[in-house]
Parts: sequence; C-alpha cells; structure tokens
Amino acid sequence: MGPKHKPSRIDQEIERNLRRAFDDVAEQELPSRFTDLLQQLRAQETQVRASEETDE
Amino acid sequence: MSDDPREEIVAHLGPMRAFAISLTRNSALADDMVQDALVKAWSNIDSFQPGTNMRAWLFTILRNTYYSHHRKRRREVEDTEGELSAGLAQKPDHDGRLQMRDFHTAFDQLPEEQREALVLVGAGGFSYDEAAETCGVAVGTIKSRVNRGRVRLVELMGIADDEPMEVTEAVTQGIVTLNQSAV
Repeated sequence: MGPKHKPSRIDQEIERNLRRAFDDVAEQELPSRFTDLLQQLRAQETQVRASEETDE
Repeated sequence: MSDDPREEIVAHLGPMRAFAISLTRNSALADDMVQDALVKAWSNIDSFQPGTNMRAWLFTILRNTYYSHHRKRRREVEDTEGELSAGLAQKPDHDGRLQMRDFHTAFDQLPEEQREALVLVGAGGFSYDEAAETCGVAVGTIKSRVNRGRVRLVELMGIADDEPMEVTEAVTQGIVTLNQSAV
C-alpha cells in the first residue's frame, strides 16, 4: 500500500454515488414480508416462553 | 421486550437489504437472503455480544448466507437480470439520474469482493477494521479492494459515456491519482 491519497473530486463523486445507491434501498419502507416475519418471530418467542414456563 | 437485543435488529434491516442488493444485484434474491439472515440472527442472538457493533454482526451473517446459498442462485438468474437493466438503460433522463444509472452499470461489473468492500466502507459506515473482520480478511486486503474498486469504477464510468471535457479530465486525473496511491 502506498501513502494515503487525499480524496480527489472523483473519489468524492464515487463515495456520493455509493452512498446514494445504498441509502435509496436502506431508507425504503420495509416490504411486508419482513414486518410479517418479525411478527411471527415475536409470536413464536411468546409461545416458547409460555411452554418453558409450563415445563418448570 | 424492549430490552431484547433482537428488537435492535429491526433498525438494521434497511441497510441489510441495501448490502444484499449490492452483492446479489437482484432485489428478489437479496430479500430472500435478508429473510434467511434475519431468522438466523433472531434465533442465534446469544452469539451477539452486547456492546459490540450489531450491524457488523448482522452483515457477517448476511454475507455468510450469500456465500453459502445465494451466490449460486444468482448465477442462474443473472442473464435475465442483465437484459432487464440493459432495457432500462436505454431511457435516459436528466437531473443526475443518467449518471446514477451509469454508476449502477459500472458498479455491477466489479468483482463481488470489490463491490462489498466499497459498499461496506464507502456507504455502510464501516471502518477498514470492521470491514476486514466482516469479510474475514486482513485490513490491507480490504484497503486494496477498495482502491482497485475505485480505479475500476472510474475507468468504467469514463468509458461508458461522453462527459464534458472537464469531467473527462477529472476522471483521468482520478485514475492517475488512484494508480499512484495503489502502488
């Protein structure tokens, strides 16, 4: 590796594009398949806990 | 319930989708991958050490999911996806969207290890150390992947379109600077 280059205009441009491409997706509303799945996972957890308590 | 670290996972799902798309270049596969990773993370929350970087932990799981299952599936659908993006690229508009499309086209041509290094460091807010740990490689390897990825992007974007003179000069200058620093 050579010395650290100071960010050129083109580097900044690439960084900006990378961030924009990333944020475009990251900031989208979560598709319902995920919110549904989260609900399922939480519900499962409640069930598991309940059955563990009955076991004891 | 609110103390459950699993609830913290929810806040990272958006960034996980973004990272997954940058790896798969296919949003359906990316979401399948995020779904698998979410279930894995949820059921293995005990392996997360509180106080450490949860995003890095989640991205590691996501990445493992990709390399163990989804990469193969991506290859199977890649041709279709390529046609789709070629079709989209024919319709240029103004306001910087054209440039963004060029960027996507160029980015998609990078090898996956450069794509992931660039995304982690350039967009995901990972330090070189964190990115190295997430990818299971040395810090120097991540640095060189980021550098090579940048150089390649500049080349691809420079070739891809006829920009005004000043931009072309900046591109050339960028290549020169980056090449020097990569030596």
